[in-house]
Amino acid sequence: MRLAALALLTLTCAAPVAAQDTAREIQRYRQMVAEGSPAELFEVEGEALWKKPQGPKNVSLERCDLGEGPGVLKGAYAHLPRYFKDADRVMDLETRLLHCMMTLQGRSRERAIARVFGSADRPSEFESLSAYIAAQSRGVKMEPGITHPKEKASYELGRALYFHRVGSWDFSCASCHGEERKRIRMQELPVLYKPEYARPVVASWPAYRVSTSQFITLQWRMNDCYRQMRTPEPAFGSETTIALIHFLTVTGRGETYRGPGNKR
Amino acid sequence: MNRAALLLALVTLPALGDPTPQDVQKVLQRDFHARGQAGMDRLVQDGVQRVCTESRERPPAELAKALEADQMKAIVYPQGSLLGDWKRGEAIAQSGRGLTWNDKPGDAAGGSCYNCHELSSQELSHGTLGPSLRGFGRTRGASAEVQQYVYGKIYNAKAYNLCSQMPRLGASGTLTPEQIKDLVALLLDPASPVNR
Repeated sequence: MRLAALALLTLTCAAPVAAQDTAREIQRYRQMVAEGSPAELFEVEGEALWKKPQGPKNVSLERCDLGEGPGVLKGAYAHLPRYFKDADRVMDLETRLLHCMMTLQGRSRERAIARVFGSADRPSEFESLSAYIAAQSRGVKMEPGITHPKEKASYELGRALYFHRVGSWDFSCASCHGEERKRIRMQELPVLYKPEYARPVVASWPAYRVSTSQFITLQWRMNDCYRQMRTPEPAFGSETTIALIHFLTVTGRGETYRGPGNKR
Repeated sequence: MNRAALLLALVTLPALGDPTPQDVQKVLQRDFHARGQAGMDRLVQDGVQRVCTESRERPPAELAKALEADQMKAIVYPQGSLLGDWKRGEAIAQSGRGLTWNDKPGDAAGGSCYNCHELSSQELSHGTLGPSLRGFGRTRGASAEVQQYVYGKIYNAKAYNLCSQMPRLGASGTLTPEQIKDLVALLLDPASPVNR
């Protein structure tokens, strides 16, 4: 399946077709894979990783509590980010997975985050696990936590970050995602502080990315946006990245999860 | 500058309960780390960034004027003609490289122009965040005044419109004076694909 994606991509990129044609081809490809997405490969890998004993304690992640109780996967992703009492902080899926790797499997933080974003040839553990776990929320309404004071604070921080100008190029998230019907090159930009734009995004991330044959997560998305904003690098699972993911997810709440999706 | 500093203090504060830009800055300082050429100093907001953040991109007119004037004063113009080579300018307009943590320090940066603007009619893959610049020089000509305006605008867009979303490509050290001159040529040279 990943080969097919590559082949199609090579085809569309090799010929000097007009950009509109490329967009149409990508649209066609998305329809083509709708019933058999490459994301499924990552889901299968993720399931194996979920059940694989690892770390100094040589146990699997199967007893990891993603918020619905130890080992409960159904609907867990749809209710993240949320406040976790045992960690006394708001966590998104990836941050919670890191927490379980450290507490259940006894892995050091340093080792567990050594490779949080993968490549086409070698996905990261977090990417495959995210695919598997998010898929268990298909058909469930997105309802992140928003009642606990720390959840409210996280949402408010996320909103402030969204409009905060920073970095060598003076960008905020709203510099690109602030006006309707705007593009960077051919890429249309969702206005993510508005529910009508946030909802389909929230319902389809994490996702398989056709142009790079990679499975991408929201932690990756925040990281790469800041890279392009010419700032230093935000830490994986930091309050900053979680708050932005939380703000986005709360803004898009109520949509039924139908991912992991496919991106350009 | 003193007047601007005074006015800066008068910018309306965000709603109670919302994190202030100072709160946000503290969070960023804690959560980020320097990587490659992207140092932690980049997280410190300057006056322009702060005012545009605090006023939600709508600064009080007088404050905007004062800060725009400060930015204008800091523009450095090279001696002589500001018209470089439009062919090199086209390559600079196409390139989105530069200043990120995985760009090699010292490597030539691009202007990322096509990310947001339509320029040459041959390039269909252009963004729409900024206005279309197709045919820009056709109506304006390439007089010394027009050259100076275009150079200044690329060097520091905030000198003309304080909360413009366009990066300060010269003032931020992204592009060299030579590169900006090449972009001026791309926009103004009658032989440039922008004007043909």
